[in-house]
Amino acid sequence: MSGTGGGGNGNGSGPRKRIVAVEAYCIGCRLCEINCLVKRSRSRKILKAFRRERDAVVPGIRVEESGHVSFALQCRHCDDAPCIAACITGAMHRDPATGAVVCDESRCAGCWSCVMVCAVGAVRPGKKRKVASKCDLCMGEEMPVCVAGCPNEALRYEER
Amino acid sequence: MKNDRVRYLVVGNSTAAIGAVEAIRRLDPSGTIRLLSREPHHVYSRPLIPMLLEPDVDLHRLDLRPRDFYEAHGVDKHLGLAAERLDPRERTVWTREGPVPFETLLLACGGKPFRPAEVGGLDACGVFSFTGWDDAVNIRSALETSKVSQAVVVGGGLIGIKAAEALRARGIEVTLVELADRVLPLALDARGSRMAAAAIRKAGVELLCGTTATCIEAPGGRASAVRLRNGACLPCGLVVMAIGVAPNADLAAGTDIRVDRGIVVDDRCETSVKGIYAAGDVAQGTDALTGASRPIPIFPNAFWQGTTAGTCMAGGEPRPAAAFAMNAVEVFGLPTISVGLATASGEGTEVLTAEDEAGTSYKRIVLRGNRVVGALFVGDVDRAGIYTGLIRDRVDVGTVKPLLTTDEFGLLRLPQQYRKHLVLGEGIEA
Amino acid sequence: MRKWLVQPDFVVERDPERCVQCQVCVRQCANDVHSYDAEDGAVLSDSARCVGCHRCATLCPTGAISIRQSELEFRCNSNWTPGLIRNLYRQAEGGGVLLSGMGSDRPLKVYWDHLLLNASQVTNPSIDPLREPMELATFIGRKPDRVAYARTDRGAELQTVLEPQLELPFPILFSAMSYGSISLNAALALARAAHETGTLGNSGEGGMHRDVRPYAGNMIVQVASGRFGVDVEYLNRAAAIEIKIGQGAKPGIGGHLPGEKVDAAVSETRMIPEGTDALSPAPHHDIYSIEDLRQLVFAIKEATRYGKPVGVKIAAVHNVAAIASGCVRAGADYVAIDGFRGGTGAAPTVIRDHVGIPIEFALAAADARLREEGIRNRASLIAAGSFRSSADVVKAVALGADAVYVATAALVAMGCHLCQRCYTGKCNWGIATQDPYLTRRLNPEVATRRLVNLLRSWAFEIKEMLGGMGINAIESLRGNREHLRAVDLTEAELEVLGVKAAGVGA
Repeated sequence: MSGTGGGGNGNGSGPRKRIVAVEAYCIGCRLCEINCLVKRSRSRKILKAFRRERDAVVPGIRVEESGHVSFALQCRHCDDAPCIAACITGAMHRDPATGAVVCDESRCAGCWSCVMVCAVGAVRPGKKRKVASKCDLCMGEEMPVCVAGCPNEALRYEER
Repeated sequence: MKNDRVRYLVVGNSTAAIGAVEAIRRLDPSGTIRLLSREPHHVYSRPLIPMLLEPDVDLHRLDLRPRDFYEAHGVDKHLGLAAERLDPRERTVWTREGPVPFETLLLACGGKPFRPAEVGGLDACGVFSFTGWDDAVNIRSALETSKVSQAVVVGGGLIGIKAAEALRARGIEVTLVELADRVLPLALDARGSRMAAAAIRKAGVELLCGTTATCIEAPGGRASAVRLRNGACLPCGLVVMAIGVAPNADLAAGTDIRVDRGIVVDDRCETSVKGIYAAGDVAQGTDALTGASRPIPIFPNAFWQGTTAGTCMAGGEPRPAAAFAMNAVEVFGLPTISVGLATASGEGTEVLTAEDEAGTSYKRIVLRGNRVVGALFVGDVDRAGIYTGLIRDRVDVGTVKPLLTTDEFGLLRLPQQYRKHLVLGEGIEA
Repeated sequence: MRKWLVQPDFVVERDPERCVQCQVCVRQCANDVHSYDAEDGAVLSDSARCVGCHRCATLCPTGAISIRQSELEFRCNSNWTPGLIRNLYRQAEGGGVLLSGMGSDRPLKVYWDHLLLNASQVTNPSIDPLREPMELATFIGRKPDRVAYARTDRGAELQTVLEPQLELPFPILFSAMSYGSISLNAALALARAAHETGTLGNSGEGGMHRDVRPYAGNMIVQVASGRFGVDVEYLNRAAAIEIKIGQGAKPGIGGHLPGEKVDAAVSETRMIPEGTDALSPAPHHDIYSIEDLRQLVFAIKEATRYGKPVGVKIAAVHNVAAIASGCVRAGADYVAIDGFRGGTGAAPTVIRDHVGIPIEFALAAADARLREEGIRNRASLIAAGSFRSSADVVKAVALGADAVYVATAALVAMGCHLCQRCYTGKCNWGIATQDPYLTRRLNPEVATRRLVNLLRSWAFEIKEMLGGMGINAIESLRGNREHLRAVDLTEAELEVLGVKAAGVGA
């Protein structure tokens, strides 16, 4: 059972790409939240996802807005991730390929310790399922759907 | 066992030990790490031991790290081998298999359940603590061999509540006894605790506050009832004593290492003896919020201390960290998060609270001057961590005080410089 | 009081099968057309407020929205058209001057669409622009009457001293759009795109914002009747200076930027107090004769030490040819003629739709007149006023233009949907607004990219058309009406344009 979702905080080995939000270009439309919700739904189709799963899925990205200033924020995939440190089950771990911090939902016990220590508020309690919900950089996709779907290119996916 | 002098010796096999091993290996991929553990089990998550009371539990769920962890990190592990004696001057630990010399040592021995001397009957059959694997397995056997229909849990803190949950899930009638006037007295204030109590009672658990056990009646050496200070007598077939945990500092006692309630360490987790470190429930550092020297026996703190100790042992520079109390626990399905001085009140503090209309969600923020020093969330715990960051970084929130308890509060309300710093200056570009 | 007579222009249709109540449309409409009813869990649309900008439909993730022309139909009436009737209602209810943004939308003949290009066959082989060099380089400025050169041991050397020239990679520039009428992001994007492609943009009468200064070498600055932002540094920073006498969309009247659009940055750039209306008077109050114009032209040349071309922009009116000739004789290095269809941020609708003449005629007449007078070489001609495709550009060059100013096409490339409501300051695409909530919508990096794409694609299409005509240098097309034929034009029109009817040979 080597390396199956069992915690650990080393750095990833592959090219490290991260999502960067450009505050000046965010228009507060929240298409990023919508695209993330669809991606995480079971059906992956917007009409079905919104009809059936809207209250069950927590998007990994969240738009904050105040007056005319807004930006979208998701997990920073920190080098010294406090959520990995605080995770009591070892579900929170680092994906070796991308260096992203990922929650293994099969191991998550829904204790919300990760929610407690994330200073950015990027880990959130799941709604229908008692597991932590956070951005996983759309593992397996070439570009995260929030970046691809932003109408004003306010999110960038670049090497950091 | 080889008796070469190892570069790194770790006594303990739980959260702090893991943090240390991972930190050492980030800096030193080859120096020998030897690990001694009294318990024979692969590293497991202590908070998850209630799972061992579930009828069909997959034991691997409790693994805190994958089964190949020791091998993958090059750890020479000795599980089931206790450290029996420590000589700091000789820089040697003795086990039943002989001496283990070391260059640097980490004491991560954890805590042991507090056994009040004044309560009689603690050694009877059917009386258990609930802090480790063996406790849980013993309770499980007891449930399987003797028909237990009633149980008493003494102590309404985190461990007591988890024990009550696990027993109730097996259909047992449970009475939870707490000395303070409210359950989870350190983490929750009166209002929060009332919500927790409601959740406890709704699950069918009887909750008695303001009293405690004076003795356990055990005719024939088998527990049959718990007598309370208020005179009441609770018949039961099983008793869980969960009134607290004390640092397990026996190994350091009588040596040059300074021990108070726990093993005293500085902010590098080093003890009074150079090259010997302590981390986790056994260690006593400084509470960043109160300035007091005290153990902070919580999971994330153990991991961070282990990381700090390991980093220093490997010659690195640890990241400065503020240590303070924090707890995330669901009480019979009611989420709670309590950080810092969440229950403080009185002179010098400013308390802001908010509740939703249905009474299902409660927030309490405690400020000293213009800085958040405590935060409590019951019911809706979404994004509570933002406040943990505000406490840790001592952010001046003077301009946004009225917003702190509202749903609109978020990173956007904070000074832009702090926001950029928080996302490492790389996450948001203005 | 509700304005009962005023009718909605558009109908917003929402497909209930596709609407998922995500509320992107609610957030994105600056006119508050869409709203979310939490109780019913539905998004509702108030069609009366819709201006037809398509922002909601473009961003809707399920394509649930479509916008149609209002369905309120009048009895068929070719004289009292629905547009005229609606304007009457608006005036009856409002009592003011009706305003419009962008260029005239009236159904006059678009003469470009009646002009067709030649292509080579058999006798004059066509050229493949991918395989052979094709010269689009264009020089704006006064050309000498004669060119003298001497033979030296280094070969032939030019002896004639040339007047300052602007070198463009192709015959297209960005026309004047003032910062204040458009957002800073839009102005920046235009400047950057000009810089990236090597052509020029035009600051318009809004002055030059600090952030645009790095690109000043690719900018023409305007000296308009309000003289906003004009000081000696402004003049010397730029590549060329343009005296704005008139504008095609509103000949004869001045300009008006409402005080709401004059925020701190606009105030600093235009050098007027914040919140005050920026009024450009109809005439320059120091130009009341052609001699006055000559004086200003040379004052500017003195101030810039004769190092930059100084041009004059005029509107296309009835005697545009004579005016152009006068401007040339006044010392202008180029004359920009802005035609009837030219765009604007705000103009009274009656002026926009009924004053001025189409650029096709103005250009042909001015070019012919200058050639007749033997002074065509003394100034370049830049044509402006609704160039919608690269074909329009090629035809304009054939009619005599040295280069063409584009504005509306550039705005469309940045996202404009020609709703014509620029004057409200609520441009949903972040272009014609200063509202910080809306200006964010135009990402200057994306906008720059789109503008560069536009120019590059047009440049390549021009090469294709030239190659098809068997021409390998734009110079060969300039003023060469032989390459044009007209369809469905009257004799009089053909004569002014100087173009033969289709079917007539060389």
